[in-house]
Amino acid sequence: MEWGGIIGYGLFLLIYGGIYAISALGLNVQWGYTGLFNIGVGGFFLVGAYTSAIMTKGPDFSHLGGFGQPFLVGVLAGGLLAAVLALLIGIPTLRLRGDYLAIATIGIAETLRLIVTNEQQLTAGVWGIGAIPKPLWSTFGDSYNAFYAVVVLLAMVLVYFAIERGIRSPWGRVLKAVREDEAVAQAVGKDVFRFKLQALVLGAFFMGVAGALFAHFVGYISPEAFEPMNATFLVWVMLIVGGSGNSKGAMLGAFIVWVIWSGTEFVAAALPPTFGPRAHALRIVLIGLLLMAMLLWRPQGVLGEERQVSKLVRNEPAGRSAQGG
Amino acid sequence: MSQPILEVRNLVKEFGGIRAVDDCSFSVQAGSITGLIGPNGAGKTTAFNMVTGFIRADRGEIVFRGERIDRLAPHVIFRKGIARTFQIPRELRLMTVLENLMLVPLDQPGERLWRSWFAPGKVRAEEERIYRRAIEVLEFVQLIHLKDELAANLSVGQKKLLELARVLMADPQMILLDEPAAGVNPTLMKKLAGYVRALRDQGKTFLLVEHNMDLIADLCDWVIVMNNGRRLVEGKPEDVRRHPEVLEAYLGGAYAAAHPGAPA
Repeated sequence: MEWGGIIGYGLFLLIYGGIYAISALGLNVQWGYTGLFNIGVGGFFLVGAYTSAIMTKGPDFSHLGGFGQPFLVGVLAGGLLAAVLALLIGIPTLRLRGDYLAIATIGIAETLRLIVTNEQQLTAGVWGIGAIPKPLWSTFGDSYNAFYAVVVLLAMVLVYFAIERGIRSPWGRVLKAVREDEAVAQAVGKDVFRFKLQALVLGAFFMGVAGALFAHFVGYISPEAFEPMNATFLVWVMLIVGGSGNSKGAMLGAFIVWVIWSGTEFVAAALPPTFGPRAHALRIVLIGLLLMAMLLWRPQGVLGEERQVSKLVRNEPAGRSAQGG
Repeated sequence: MSQPILEVRNLVKEFGGIRAVDDCSFSVQAGSITGLIGPNGAGKTTAFNMVTGFIRADRGEIVFRGERIDRLAPHVIFRKGIARTFQIPRELRLMTVLENLMLVPLDQPGERLWRSWFAPGKVRAEEERIYRRAIEVLEFVQLIHLKDELAANLSVGQKKLLELARVLMADPQMILLDEPAAGVNPTLMKKLAGYVRALRDQGKTFLLVEHNMDLIADLCDWVIVMNNGRRLVEGKPEDVRRHPEVLEAYLGGAYAAAHPGAPA
């Protein structure tokens, strides 16, 4: 393989790994720290992708559009709409037992996929939305992927520090208490519902941002990009492999699993054509086996959870705070 | 021992067809250590859970310092100054002992996400203060050597102490202890009793559900006996202990049969 190919693959790894890492960081706030069982990650990702695509495109007769907003506005709008969706799901379900959130999130994610498939005047249905603007496309030309990798990684780092600051402070301590035992959190005066809602909304915001970054990179989105396998299940595997309850683990898991996932695609492509469909199914089996192996032999993930999250106290050697800057 | 800090009036709670608490009324004097006893199924823990907001009463009133609290959520009742422990210790397992305590103080600035982003200095200053308070409390209950241990790794007795320590972080006016002596060895029990007395001398009021009659006799200035969801009798521990109705409730018909003259 030539250098060009290796670098090209490396950039794809950084971009897709980074986008998935942002989703996994969002899921880590919800599940890793707060114990919220969101199995509709893909729904928030979809809302972010479609919102940003529609917000940034010029007029197009095949779907809603013509807002022509800048890239950053589109990405933020994608995150915000995903956050609003989380708010609407969270308000009726977060006072109930955890199962209801699970059912609501998976149900809404599937419903959204059907909506974008069928509401053609809004989203162009199965034809999908193409020609999604790529920011500074003309400026960077051939080295565009390198530029976009930097954009994604910057976003990931920003999301990481935003989450870490919150988690290391008393806010994160309450989330963890809610995860460990809601009754105890209530018994010491914490409004458990409010904190769960915040965690759900914040995580969904980042999933929406990830979806938007995805849309602007591929330039074309259609409903099948948001099937649960890619958009939800893979993110869960990433978080579990990397280490639930650890932001660094969430990012590491995203890159590891993406390497395996995309690597097997090469293998599948190299097989004789008659193996094609079966090879695709086997990729999913392989990811499933990875998940089972992790749960059996290293359930805490590669990195695992840190013993103490509250890092603002002068407890361990002074100055070793996780403030990050 | 002048005025009641807590008054429970005509409280009713049904589970399905069973009346766990049936028109129950009692009051707790400010600054007292009051015991709530009774045979299994008497409705003590249900009453306890209603006072702390974990179960909502079907009927009746609960008044704390002149204010009705019977429709409030548990976290709001805690803010009013009532703290509780759990019968079976409920520690935050994957958090350190220190974090279990630092969680407790109310209205920490760092509990707001935007402050953790934009006012880290303020959050850090408050964390220092809360940290020092947690260390004080851990020294008081003698768990200081375990401050960085995960709560899951504590022994049952240490978890009981952690329950008490958590309550102390909040500085409540009234503390409800649900079977503090259950599963605790006699040495630790003496220790717990010592803490309760020390805290009462600081002005706190205690209501404890307990089966251990020695602890009740040793600790409480007043005892309320419940049976079948109602208040049966109340009085000083030594009087209650000999009261025929109490013996009947605990020992059943055997006592009544052996003492035909006793009031039923």
